[in-house]
Amino acid sequence: MSKSYRRKLDLKNGRVDLSHGAGGRAMAQLIEDIFHNAFDNDWLRAGNDQSAFDVPAGRMVMTTDGYVVSPLFFPGGDIGSLAVHGTINDIAMAGAKPLYLSASFIIEEGFPLGDLDRIARSMGEASRAAAVPVITGDTKVVERGKADGLFISTAGVGIVPAGLNFSSNAARPGDVVLISGSIGDHGVAVMSKRENLDFETEILSDSAALHGLVADMVAAGGAGIRVLRDPTRGGLAATLNELANQSDIGFQIDEDALIVKPQVAAACEFLGLDPLNVANEGKLVAIVAPEVAEAVLAAMRADPLGAESARIGFAVVDPQHFVEMRTSFGGGRIVDWLSGEQLPRIC
Amino acid sequence: MRITEVLPNEMARVTLDGVSKTVSTALLDDVAVGDYIVLHVGYALAKIDPEEAERTLEMLVMAGVG
Amino acid sequence: MMKYVDEYRDGKIAKTLAAVIAAEVRPDSEYHFMEFCGGHTHAISRYGLEDLLPPNVRMIHGPGCPVCVLPISRIDLAIELSRRPEVTLCTYGDLMRVPGSQGSSLMKAKAEGADIRMVYSTLDAVRIAEAEPNREVVFFAIGFETTTPPTALALRFAREKGLTNFAIFCNHVLTPAAVQNILDSPDVKELGNVRIDGFVGPAHVSTVIGAGAFRVFAREFKKPVVVAGFEPLDVMQSILMLIRQVNDGRHEVENQYIRAVTEDGNAKAQAAIAEFFELRDSFEWRGLGEVPNSALRLRPQFANFDAEKRFDLVTKPAKDNPACECGAILRGVKRPRDCKLFGTVCTPDNPMGSCMVSSEGACAAHWTYGRFREKAARQEAAE
Repeated sequence: MSKSYRRKLDLKNGRVDLSHGAGGRAMAQLIEDIFHNAFDNDWLRAGNDQSAFDVPAGRMVMTTDGYVVSPLFFPGGDIGSLAVHGTINDIAMAGAKPLYLSASFIIEEGFPLGDLDRIARSMGEASRAAAVPVITGDTKVVERGKADGLFISTAGVGIVPAGLNFSSNAARPGDVVLISGSIGDHGVAVMSKRENLDFETEILSDSAALHGLVADMVAAGGAGIRVLRDPTRGGLAATLNELANQSDIGFQIDEDALIVKPQVAAACEFLGLDPLNVANEGKLVAIVAPEVAEAVLAAMRADPLGAESARIGFAVVDPQHFVEMRTSFGGGRIVDWLSGEQLPRIC
Repeated sequence: MRITEVLPNEMARVTLDGVSKTVSTALLDDVAVGDYIVLHVGYALAKIDPEEAERTLEMLVMAGVG
Repeated sequence: MMKYVDEYRDGKIAKTLAAVIAAEVRPDSEYHFMEFCGGHTHAISRYGLEDLLPPNVRMIHGPGCPVCVLPISRIDLAIELSRRPEVTLCTYGDLMRVPGSQGSSLMKAKAEGADIRMVYSTLDAVRIAEAEPNREVVFFAIGFETTTPPTALALRFAREKGLTNFAIFCNHVLTPAAVQNILDSPDVKELGNVRIDGFVGPAHVSTVIGAGAFRVFAREFKKPVVVAGFEPLDVMQSILMLIRQVNDGRHEVENQYIRAVTEDGNAKAQAAIAEFFELRDSFEWRGLGEVPNSALRLRPQFANFDAEKRFDLVTKPAKDNPACECGAILRGVKRPRDCKLFGTVCTPDNPMGSCMVSSEGACAAHWTYGRFREKAARQEAAE
């Protein structure tokens, strides 16, 4: 396409309109000027509807995710970086090395081009920092009122190292529960920007790509790791309850071992929330065999994303699958999972 | 929750460990920066008396003694 | 460290207090204390306080949860109101999932298209009315004396701004009336189904009405009352103070929450309530039936702010699920696990009664925090 006949996209004041999704010149320009620039790789520049890659030998994993977070920009991230981190993490939780991502954008008519550019750049940076390229994508535009700004849908593929078979039903009584850091950061950061909640805090979302951390853990613990999971919507409570049910066990957790940043605790106090139920986007829970627990924990602490890693409890026999917790106060309670996220559209 | 700023129209900014919120102080007389309040659904209901708070804490700490 | 919060949650002090309590209870006596503050119900469960008390001290959950005492007929009215196309119903979050008749709820009504908005404060509701003059904004007002002043202030604000599109659906109730009703009830007075040796007085409510409001119960019914702060150490200390009163044969009102509660309470808050509200002759409480002089309505001169008058709402009697024991649970006659529906049909996912919906409800608290104790009880029974 000859550039001299094309007006540059007005990133300052311009908005996405229906022509940008219509498959014609306008859409091509949008894709080139915003997405190709942001992701900056040959796959996308080739401009095909698909991208090819060689399949390495071994077992592969594939994942898909939808991102509907509101607001789109929050302290510590945005829907774009969140999409990259989240998809990579889903792959990493299998112990797999993430290889490629796809990203599909559903944009509402009227969405500011400047915001789209910011989000795309943020995704590009996150992708490059993680060394996991976005190799194919799609763009659709829907009428005003039909998409609340922007929805992003992703998919990702990765390769599992030979011999690893993390599985949700693999945890056994006696296994150790490890967590890679503080809980509740992401949910509080997003909530702080919700208009109707109106509180100010400096908490940043913990949104981060965890595949490097996972690789370190796998090197230290190998098949002694039973399962990894990132506690996103529903928080640590949901994750532990899911695993308890899937592995037919219970858990005993020590509240004193949990790490909650003071500002997160204070925000939860204001809102009447329990940090255990608040979403995280840069943390993982690992259930590991007791004999590898020390080694895995040390490997986690050596990584910047796991510096505050801690052992928080262990798995027990329990046909009722309770997650029991010894409170800091000294009494016992169970950690239940709520029937739904306390606030919608947290990721 | 500590009052960190008194605002017009009987409002105030309160802070708890670095998290701030704007709340109504219309149910209290004489609020000042530094006052601690009890908050409920966006309204300050009572001031926490620091002396009495200390006294309660002392009683709690001394509970096991003697 | 959250000042004036964390200190009252200290586990080391809890251990010491637990030891003192264990030392002071008479081994052959039973102590049954009722708390009727939703915040206390929640704190006791969330911190596992019962694990720190000796087995002969039993906490009974009373009707301190305003969501839980709201009868189905009033929820039905709120849902009916929200279905009117011109109405924007504003509500505290807890009410969204309370079941009305035929499995309805505000959450379901919202999914069906009703304009229902969750607010954190009454001020939010007034601001919505200001911002959207073409909507009839109604605030679903519930609660004891803690939430009534905020509703009054919202009305004052609406009046000052000259708003003509703001109203409240008033379901405010009074704490002393509930306590009186329980103490007068056959279960307590004659049948001895519920034995109450003393009361843990509510935290926030007392900041408004004052510790003095409970003197009548100590005097007339000869039951000790200790007004307690809502942190777990406050509750433990108050339990110790109650045990001492029972041991000494005293029945006084003591104020453990001295850092925030005074004898007379908050005069400004009481004045705000008196400005806008008057007593209803009678009001239905879930579990207690019709209770005289126990609830408030707007004074006649504020009819234009009164949703019941503005929208001609007529309360239609509605029946609770016959197997639902919320009523008995609210009176302290039964415990959550005594209810056949608990954990089977009735869960937080599918609440049959309001005790399961509100986080301050006895059933929800037991489900969320305390269910595992039944495992221990069953194991003991099997041994």
